[in-house]
Amino acid sequence: MCLSVPAEIAEILPDDLAVVSVDGVRIEISIALVQNLTPGDYVLVHVGHALAKIDPAEAERTLKLLQELGRAGLQANK
Amino acid sequence: MKYVEEFRDRTIAQGLARAIADQSDPREAYQFMEFCGGHTHAIFRYGLEDLLPANVRMIHGPGCPVCVLPASRIDMAIELANRPEVTLCIYGDLMRVPGSQGQSLLRAKSLGADIRMVYSTLDAIRIAEQAPNREVVFFAIGFETTAPATAVMIRIAARKRLKGLSLFCNHVLTPPAMHSILDSVDMRDVGPHEIGGFIGPAHVSTIIGTQPYELLVEEFGRPIVIAGFEPLDMMQAILMLVRQVNDGRHEVENQYSRAVTRAGNRRAREEVSDIFDVRDQFEWRGLGVVPNSGLMLKKAYAHFDAEARFAMHEVRIADNPACDCGAILRGAKKPVECELFGDACTPRTPIGSCMVSSEGACAAYWRYGRHRDYQVRAS
Repeated sequence: MCLSVPAEIAEILPDDLAVVSVDGVRIEISIALVQNLTPGDYVLVHVGHALAKIDPAEAERTLKLLQELGRAGLQANK
Repeated sequence: MKYVEEFRDRTIAQGLARAIADQSDPREAYQFMEFCGGHTHAIFRYGLEDLLPANVRMIHGPGCPVCVLPASRIDMAIELANRPEVTLCIYGDLMRVPGSQGQSLLRAKSLGADIRMVYSTLDAIRIAEQAPNREVVFFAIGFETTAPATAVMIRIAARKRLKGLSLFCNHVLTPPAMHSILDSVDMRDVGPHEIGGFIGPAHVSTIIGTQPYELLVEEFGRPIVIAGFEPLDMMQAILMLVRQVNDGRHEVENQYSRAVTRAGNRRAREEVSDIFDVRDQFEWRGLGVVPNSGLMLKKAYAHFDAEARFAMHEVRIADNPACDCGAILRGAKKPVECELFGDACTPRTPIGSCMVSSEGACAAYWRYGRHRDYQVRAS
């Protein structure tokens, strides 16, 4: 129910609709809940609606931190 | 898939597991509840419990909308769908949820009821437009994540003056349920299941933000870390909780900052508050009646309320006394401790709702973790 997937906006359509691409599959969704989207943005899609835009800078920051934590964890035990 | 694979890296997961083992105090028992069924599913799917030290345990919470829906609401929907003039639109998760006496929407459909599985609330709009002489009812269910989509549907239906569309509303709210769990006497009675912290829901939090949890940590002195659904997200969140417990802190921390902010999605919340009011009370399976925990249509939209339009009334149904779904939803019991688990109750023949939804703790246990537990049980 609450699972959703990150999907890339492929095309903005009229009436708060957009086409997203999920692993190459194109799906029409509603973007009534998220403003200022452009093709190339990633959104979380849930029951046919975009819920949130994914912030690429924050994603990068989290990944960097995860890599550091993971490396530190492995080194601590060598 | 971008924003998915990077967060499933095995080596980093092993490093995080080591960090959790190193930083947890072996004399301390850490017990954290993941509120959300999506997290429960991920824990089992990726075998995260096997990566954690023995003194860091996860308790599975009630955050699965299908699992917490009382059987009486399913009975009401079946009765509605059996009316010849009604087309009932539902999300697929609801199809096999047991009502009373072995009934389900799937069974009603096979006996001729007009029940349609929809992917989006916009599908219900299309169905209502294509069949102006039918009474099209949308079975709305879910937490703060799905409520905005329902609100958008009602706004569009009002604008298009779709007289044949109505709503059977079962939307529920996360913070009151978390409050109820922390507040319940039962929770304090269960002893070994004392909750030391929460993993907060991912997608609910994209909507409500991290702010509503601040009151909870203040009141109950338990840390909450909002986490994404990928395995590395969850491992990092568990590490963050371990650190908070070690430091004696109880704060709201946001691991899922790529999609969640403190303020959340204001536009989505405005859509919801334009259309809905908070119900005085709503019944949850496993938690009982929780005050201010559900949504209902505002007066201005009351003509879309299916419960009023069809004079639906709720007849409370006692759950199967042998089924431990209630205790499992509160985190007071593990699925494998239920007498029915794996014998009478499996995903093919679910007796309780926790076995129906893939986000239910029992279904996740059955699919990914039962063999390990059976070994424990047999010994």
